[in-house]
Amino acid sequence: MKSTIATALTLIAMPAFAEPLTVYAPDYFASEWGPGPAIEAAFEAHCGCEMDYVTGDVLPRLRLEGTRTGADVVIGLNTDDAQRARDTGLFASHGVEIDGLTMPIAWSDDTFLPFNWSHTAFIHDTTRLPDPPASFADLVAFDSDLSIAIQDPRTSVSGLALALWVKKVFGDEAEAAWAGLAPKITTVTQGWSESYGLFTDGEVDMVLSYTTSPAYHLIAEGDATKQAVLFPEGHYVMVETAGMIAGTDQPEQAQAFLNFILTEDFQSIIPEGNWSLPAKLDPTKMPEGFSDIPLPETALIYSAEEAEALRSDAIAAFEAGLRR
Amino acid sequence: MPLLAVGWRGLAEATTGLRPADWAALRFTLGQAAVSAAISVALAIPVARALARRHFPGRGAIVLLLGAPFILPVIVAVLGLVAVFGRGGVVNDALGALGIEAVSIYGPHGVVLAHVFFNMPLATRLILQGWATIPGERMRLAASLSFGPAETFRLLEWPMLRAVVPGIFTVIFLICTTSFAVALALGGGPRATTVELAIYQAFRFDFDLSRAALLGALQLALGALAALAALRLSLPSGFGAGLDRVAQRWDSASPGLRIQDALAILAACLFLLLPMGLILAEGARHVVDLPGAVWAAAARSLVLALTAAVATVALALAMAHAVTGQKGGWVEVAGTLSIAASPLVLGTGLYILLLPVANPVALALPVTAFVNVVLALPFALRALIPAMRDLQADYGQLSASLGLTGLTWLRLVALPRLRRPAGFAAGLTAALAAGDLGVIALFAAPDQATLPLVLYQLMGAYRMEEAKAAALVLVALSLGLFWLFERGGRHAAT
Amino acid sequence: MLRLDGLRIDLGSFVLQADTAFEAGRITALMGASGSGKSTLLNAIAGFQAPTSGKVQIDGTDITDLTPGDRPLSILFQDQNLFPHLTLADNVGLGLRSNLRLTRDESAARDGALGRVGLSGLGGRLPRDLSGGQQSRAALARALLRRRPWLLLDEPFSALGPALRAEMLDLVAETAMSEGLSVLMVTHDPADARRIADMTAVVADGKVAKPQPTAALFENPTAALRSYLG
Repeated sequence: MKSTIATALTLIAMPAFAEPLTVYAPDYFASEWGPGPAIEAAFEAHCGCEMDYVTGDVLPRLRLEGTRTGADVVIGLNTDDAQRARDTGLFASHGVEIDGLTMPIAWSDDTFLPFNWSHTAFIHDTTRLPDPPASFADLVAFDSDLSIAIQDPRTSVSGLALALWVKKVFGDEAEAAWAGLAPKITTVTQGWSESYGLFTDGEVDMVLSYTTSPAYHLIAEGDATKQAVLFPEGHYVMVETAGMIAGTDQPEQAQAFLNFILTEDFQSIIPEGNWSLPAKLDPTKMPEGFSDIPLPETALIYSAEEAEALRSDAIAAFEAGLRR
Repeated sequence: MPLLAVGWRGLAEATTGLRPADWAALRFTLGQAAVSAAISVALAIPVARALARRHFPGRGAIVLLLGAPFILPVIVAVLGLVAVFGRGGVVNDALGALGIEAVSIYGPHGVVLAHVFFNMPLATRLILQGWATIPGERMRLAASLSFGPAETFRLLEWPMLRAVVPGIFTVIFLICTTSFAVALALGGGPRATTVELAIYQAFRFDFDLSRAALLGALQLALGALAALAALRLSLPSGFGAGLDRVAQRWDSASPGLRIQDALAILAACLFLLLPMGLILAEGARHVVDLPGAVWAAAARSLVLALTAAVATVALALAMAHAVTGQKGGWVEVAGTLSIAASPLVLGTGLYILLLPVANPVALALPVTAFVNVVLALPFALRALIPAMRDLQADYGQLSASLGLTGLTWLRLVALPRLRRPAGFAAGLTAALAAGDLGVIALFAAPDQATLPLVLYQLMGAYRMEEAKAAALVLVALSLGLFWLFERGGRHAAT
Repeated sequence: MLRLDGLRIDLGSFVLQADTAFEAGRITALMGASGSGKSTLLNAIAGFQAPTSGKVQIDGTDITDLTPGDRPLSILFQDQNLFPHLTLADNVGLGLRSNLRLTRDESAARDGALGRVGLSGLGGRLPRDLSGGQQSRAALARALLRRRPWLLLDEPFSALGPALRAEMLDLVAETAMSEGLSVLMVTHDPADARRIADMTAVVADGKVAKPQPTAALFENPTAALRSYLG
């Protein structure tokens, strides 16, 4: 009975002539205020077909569904989760020729195709904190009056990126670095939104976010007081990727979508749609204001395999360091 | 059932036991829940006592308001509390003006503060209910024997409190054990890790189903122990009934007691109103600019809330009817126990159950409604079972002798007589369902977003102002539904 | 004829046995001390108390297993005879149709019944706005409308004053006569029995005695009745 109703609902929702391409995406990506709707419109015009987003936690959902998944394409997996995604065995090769990427790192993964990236960074308000720490080491040793909000590496991708960043910069001293950070960490939130809300409400001096965050305030609000603090040690890079499900029943359309990702039509939506840096876009095509955003000189990243291997150590250092 | 489904899938995955960090999480969960429940109840007693013996204009509004914090979306409440108690909040501004060093809201005490904010009003309502059960005739007798406030407390109020407080403590203790987002946001770090957070991590991040199921079972087992203990100590009942009755009293007219009561009520109102008022005032400036998608989501949340409310009341009525006349007890335990069930485990369990037979995404809204029904059911049962027992005791024979059965009995007898507790149950369910985020996030398609989800989407897109305006709409929706249902129940009752 | 055929009711250590019959078309009083089991007997006849063994028969039909609402009888309790949230008209209308969807004829019949018990024009009131006597009258009106051959009274007028109680008893007797009702009434007051009961059965020592003509019984009381009257 239930399945009959569900089938009926599904039938009603779909046009009779062709089944649309199903794209699993994180909630922020496909929401009204993310890049999803514009990308959907551009792709549908480009291929003359239909696509639908299904939102939620992409990876847990894929692992729950296994081979029964209804997804044709998955978008929004970041590099730190890529290995886990690959291990599901659900993905096919992306089949896209990669060249001319505008990313600070080389790309050789043939399963996951990058579509945008950002450096992890601490954002401060220049009116409230005019002299931020000069380096990551400086931050760890900084006067404890400083207050920072971060995300929990156990529940959020940006929090996990921070844990890996600390691991990358401080190596075996990661736990000691966390212990040094501890008195300045006002609170650890479940996700990015809560932290950033505390920051814009003036509750904390600095917040863990991305180097591209100031672009939003500059372009959308005309506010230049929010700045990323740049560390000479380098900044951990988060790359978001897309992949194709091997068992897709629409391989042509899925491939068409992946081919579309690195085109200018898709990439030009990213800067002001996802407030992030496009994986492949001529710098002259970037919206005004974005080029004024200062970026760090050194980009740090772990490969998908390394990130997976180091993950539990990095989280353990966070837990132990903050419990000290 | 959903728990079993998760456990079954979990067995198929790699098996890992509990880690040392889990035991730490367990200790923290139990500790903060015990402290939160104890403080909530301790603060609630003077407020309930003041409300029980004073009649003044606006008393009804205050009793309604006591229902509000419990149904506030967590994110809204946290931002509100930060606006009052945070670094740049009202309290620290005032302390700063007096030259006193700022206090921090973050840490275990912040978690307790938030839990007291959520649960103290609930405790007040429940204890007030206890006061209403002291018959007016006893107060008259007490007056004829010239009892003062001390004798009244010792001989009438203390026995009542001893009967109701342990059960109320347990209910709040259980609610606090499943806390997660509050504990994290105000807890200030991994020291404030709760079991529910460990479940979340196991599920959404590590995808370790066996561990998630194990932790979920652990949480449920703790709940079972607490519920059993509470059953021995008698559980609170009849959440909704009789709160507007003030028994006439002759022992509390002295000016000192009047001032004491006024202070208790005033302090409670300040504590509850200030955080809500501050966050809502900020949102009010942006409500008119809200995009259509927010209003569409609000409409979806409204339908969801109404569906969940109707289903919960129908189910609770049927269950209450089925258990009255039998030797009850286990239904009460089961009902209380499900307060301790992890919404996350419940939602994922349903997902696993539905997957082979249907497309869960197409059923996102019905499933969300269903989970909310399950979560609200314990409260609805607590309100309806005692009322149903009374109804059967008073009018069961008359109904039977007139051949009133089935739907006719429901329409002519049960619904009119049970309107008040049913209205309360419906209001509570509607408000909780309107504010629920947990399950929809696991299932939704973009065109099915509910208001809490849209609130998070706005925050995720840097639109904090619009998010606060959406929060205002959400609070208005939740409270409005609660008010309408409860008022409906109250006015219909004769 | 209401026949109790080897009826036995166990309530803890209390046992009540009845093997007797009450004649149709008459008013029979069940008399006994409080705790003698007369209300228990009435509950068993009405279907609220399952007997341990034995049968209840009305006009040769075994009704032991019928639900209370299906038995050919109406009962008035000591209290809680009216739903406090329903108007008088609705409370009485329940006697015609338990879903209260009355036809025009039925509404007229309801108003007629209200008139017969002296409650014309009060149909719109709620029970709490009526006196105790008026509430009893409304309950009686509903019993009349149900048109069940037997009427069971479990001391429904005991909370009324003596004059009002006498008036209600007379009203019962009158309507029983005109409607051809058979009445079985529980009472602890010999005056009630004398006033309207044709027959009286004494309940004592866990047994229900055979009903006797009331006048004769009081003139020549049995041992059980003598000890009750004192």
